[in-house]
Amino acid sequence: MKLKQISVFLENRKGRLWKALNILSFAKINIRALSIADTSEFGILRIIVPEPERAKNILEESNFVVKVNDVIAVSIPDEPGGLDSVLEALNKLDINVEYLYAFVEKKGKNAIVVIRTEDIDAGINALEKGGVTVLKSEEVYSL
Amino acid sequence: MIWNKEAECMSAEETKELQLQRLQSVVKRAYELVPYYNKRFNDLKIEPEDIETLEDIEKLPFTSKTDLRDAYPFGMFAVPTDEIVEVHTTSGTTGKPTVSGYTVEDLDIWGEVMARALTMTGVRKEDKIQNSYGYGLFTGGMGVHYGGQKIGATVIPISAGNTMRQLEIMQDFETTVLTCTPSYGLYLAEVAENEGIDTSKLKLKAGCFGAEMWTEEMREKLEKRLNISAQNIYGLTEIMGPGVAMECPVKKGLHIFEDHFYPEIIDPQTLKQLPDGENGELVLTTLTRDGMPVIRFRTRDITALNRGICECGRTQVKMDRITGRSDDMLKVRGVIVFPSQIEKALLKIEGLEPQYQIIVTRPHHMDEIEVMVETSPALFSDEVKHVEEIKKNIESKIHNEIGLRVNISLVEPKSLPRSEGKAVRVIDKRNI
Repeated sequence: MKLKQISVFLENRKGRLWKALNILSFAKINIRALSIADTSEFGILRIIVPEPERAKNILEESNFVVKVNDVIAVSIPDEPGGLDSVLEALNKLDINVEYLYAFVEKKGKNAIVVIRTEDIDAGINALEKGGVTVLKSEEVYSL
Repeated sequence: MIWNKEAECMSAEETKELQLQRLQSVVKRAYELVPYYNKRFNDLKIEPEDIETLEDIEKLPFTSKTDLRDAYPFGMFAVPTDEIVEVHTTSGTTGKPTVSGYTVEDLDIWGEVMARALTMTGVRKEDKIQNSYGYGLFTGGMGVHYGGQKIGATVIPISAGNTMRQLEIMQDFETTVLTCTPSYGLYLAEVAENEGIDTSKLKLKAGCFGAEMWTEEMREKLEKRLNISAQNIYGLTEIMGPGVAMECPVKKGLHIFEDHFYPEIIDPQTLKQLPDGENGELVLTTLTRDGMPVIRFRTRDITALNRGICECGRTQVKMDRITGRSDDMLKVRGVIVFPSQIEKALLKIEGLEPQYQIIVTRPHHMDEIEVMVETSPALFSDEVKHVEEIKKNIESKIHNEIGLRVNISLVEPKSLPRSEGKAVRVIDKRNI
């Protein structure tokens, strides 16, 4: 139920994001989802890819600092109020969201939301109790 | 006005003659009276008689800061301690300080060179000097004090700090000359403006600024904001204190009082003398110091010498404003910082690569230190707040070590320049 996410440290310098993505492109790694957290001094690139370990290794070979950690992916109806039900489920059980990012499925009527809670297991539990569909890794990779 | 025309306007030939005579005498005294020099000379098989011309000074060994520190506290004195009437020390941030001992004669010479310096700043008998250099083991306070009294001016020994009181005294006593560090001068100006004090109404006419590196831009600001003539003074505790050199009103370099201090410029790598006009490390020999003669002291300060008759009428050799340090030692906001201290703090953090670079800037008259540190998996997280926490932790570790706040910049691994030999750890952008 948990999904592996890769985080990459990006110095706030011209061309760094491009460099990281270029390495993945060269390795024919297809990015399923992406978000960037930016501060005035550095950025954190977060991506979901089908082969997280391979992506980590090739990025590290090019001197990037990479972390792999668990996140939750859920499928929600792509319509007004879709995300609302997700947050409601988490709120009910007092689960804090550290960050989340969303993208729309190419085909079909759903949107995918990637969620990072402090305690991933507790997050999954809350979502399932709230009737939210938590996706398996394979389901996200094959989107 | 020139305080001592005979000395300050002496012809080149006479100066050389006097310098040789004094050099021979100081070398002889150092050899005979200071065990450290006796040993160094013997090791190099040099005798005082080998100094037949001024050029022969190159035969003599250098004295480094470490040599002086090793002699702590009184090992460099050439007289019994009962002849010493005053002592001063360097700050000693990185260990034992360097002690400087003065006999009655030394204090008289110190007063003399400071009287020359203050006269260049415009001090006359009727002036009131607000001496905002620190009084204490630091030489700044007492140096100005002796010089001001020699001229017969009124010295207000207010020492550093307590800015509101400084401004009150400045107005009430009608201070005419300010002596302090340039950064404190600017701070005084800023506070005065905030307090609504019209600096153009002050009686202040000049300032004698030193004890730290500063720039032409700072001069412009000091002159404009305090409505004064701002002049640069140079000196160091190891040699005497302030009053080794002083900028005349022409403001194109600092006259070294070369009848008392013999300057050389060397290439810090080859240690060979460099010709006039070329930038290198300033080396100073005390020509008249009684209590503690110092031979060829490596100041680590980078400057160049220029000779000729100055527009002000003085003939004494001029040195440029100090533009840097030949070693890594940094003086930041008046505090001595060694890169090794920062390294020590960094090494306390688990998982941190000992790759770093220190960048010193002066964006708003105040020095800022930025330490660039390479990230590693141990210092990284998918969450911004964790990375920020790690940054703060590094900042506080360094703060504990050096006593100054720094700003940490995390950079990517292997992005800092590596070098074969000594890594470039420090980039000082304060001096152009």
